[in-house]
Amino acid sequence: MSTHTENRLFSRAAPWILPILLLAAWQTASSLGWLSTRILPAPWDVLKAFVTLAESGELWNHMRISTLRALSGFALGGGLGLLLGLLTGSLRSAETLLDSTLQMVRNIPPLALIPLVILWFGIDEAAKLFLVSLGVFFPIYTNTFHGIHSVDKGLIEMGRSYGLSRWQLYREVILPGALPSILVGVRFSLGFMWVILIVAETISAQSGIGYMTMNAREFLQTDVVLVGILLYALLGKLADMLARGLERTSLRWHPRYQPQH
Amino acid sequence: MTSQTPTPPTLKAVSHKGGQSVAIRGLEKTYGARKVLQHLDLSIAAGEFVAIVGRSGCGKSTLLRILSGLESPTAGSVSLNDDKANAHGDVRFMFQEPRLLPWKSVIANVALGLDRHARPQAEEALRHVGLGERAGDWPSSLSGGQKQRVALARALVHEPSLLLLDEPLGALDALTRIEMQRLIESLWQRQRFTAVLVTHDVAEAVALADRVILLEDGRVALDERIDLPRPRHRGDPAFAAQEERILERVLGSDSPQQDAASGHADATEPPKRHLSRVA
Ligand SMILES: Nc1ncnc2c1ncn2[C@@H]1O[C@H](COP(=O)(O)OP(=O)(O)OP(=O)(O)O)[C@@H](O)[C@H]1O
Ligand SMILES: [Mg+2]
Repeated sequence: MSTHTENRLFSRAAPWILPILLLAAWQTASSLGWLSTRILPAPWDVLKAFVTLAESGELWNHMRISTLRALSGFALGGGLGLLLGLLTGSLRSAETLLDSTLQMVRNIPPLALIPLVILWFGIDEAAKLFLVSLGVFFPIYTNTFHGIHSVDKGLIEMGRSYGLSRWQLYREVILPGALPSILVGVRFSLGFMWVILIVAETISAQSGIGYMTMNAREFLQTDVVLVGILLYALLGKLADMLARGLERTSLRWHPRYQPQH
Repeated sequence: MTSQTPTPPTLKAVSHKGGQSVAIRGLEKTYGARKVLQHLDLSIAAGEFVAIVGRSGCGKSTLLRILSGLESPTAGSVSLNDDKANAHGDVRFMFQEPRLLPWKSVIANVALGLDRHARPQAEEALRHVGLGERAGDWPSSLSGGQKQRVALARALVHEPSLLLLDEPLGALDALTRIEMQRLIESLWQRQRFTAVLVTHDVAEAVALADRVILLEDGRVALDERIDLPRPRHRGDPAFAAQEERILERVLGSDSPQQDAASGHADATEPPKRHLSRVA
């Protein structure tokens, strides 16, 4: 075996070494009784809790509900953000009419609205939908708006002088030019989406991963709490991978995504 | 040929439709209080190749942008007349930067604004600039000179009757520039469009143009016909002499004291200077 392939193998394995060592240390510390299960259950117990929850179907149910909330909030808030961003980015009149108001609202952290939202909607689905939508709205709105504004004016002028109609100009020049910025907004808001949902679910819900975790806390089931936390990490990672995949496929032209020769 | 039925007019036949003539009368353009162009009169014959030179900021780009319709004149008139009744008077602008859409392949950039059936024409235009092989590539993978060639193909695929070039070769190295000049000349000879080239390179103007126009104080200060046979060679004494004369005139007009003294550059001896000529 050449040193070259050995190096390759090492660089493949290297990122896993530390987590595995940590996990082993954690398991050992728990088994030897150095770590109280009240504080941190053993990894093995967390795995068992996961299997139990999965077998009873409870886990999938909570996951499904959380995912549904996240995605519907994302669709609503993100869709609205995209639409309004396109509108204010393209039309001067819409910008003067809407943008300063929206910038003002943007300064309110969505989570600061939780007391008000509970008063309005109780702990209804609408409360979670509202919070998540509000949270994802602004990253997408702002990045769409700036994306459209930052499209190279020279390209727009070129498109005009080459006889493109208004619609063609929009489709061939302005939208693709704004896309990298829009996708940055999408990625940002996908991360934010989970943060808001976690908080909303731990405060006011009767289902979902956040509820499962809070409920387990009351019964001191630290293993279930840990399962919940790890699930959030997993779902967040999935959302991020999705966003990256989206960027890779729709920005193939971008030098950043071109294969190195 | 004779045994076949008459072939429908092909691309080649259309591409000889020729250029349009340009008549500029009393053109004026002001930005705020700054008069950029004033009392500008200029006639360009159909199919003629005109080069415009002049010091930076004298309004060359402004003139081209008015010709292309990107800007409107403050006063005066610009009329474009096609020598063929059927042609629709297409004007195309080639910018100093390539301005290719990075999210479209090279061929899709050339075909911009054409309908879907025009793909073969775009491919042919790309072959004419020697980039037929790169049709499927992204613009970001091309060199600067190749990008400008794609931009040239994109302008020419519309078979313009008037092609406006605003220092399109300014950013290229000397060798690529000479190659591009030859390419532009050969395509112009093939398609017979009217060409207006803005350049800061007097040698380039003399190499390509039928007429060299010097723009100064917003009007035409020199209108010199270049009668050298084509293809022109830079080593040729007649070429060098004409280039030298125009360069002297351009530089002579550069001197602000002269303008103040007499308002007429020829009234005094042109100052002796070391001329560093651009390749
Ligand atoms: N949109 C504009 N608004 C205000 N002034 C302008 C505008 N466009 C051009 N000008 C002014 O008009 C004058 C001529 O500009 P122009 O771009 O035509 O010069 P140019 O001859 O092309 O110069 P260069 O050789 O440097 O390209 C300059 O003084 C410039 O500042
Ligand atoms: Mg200019």
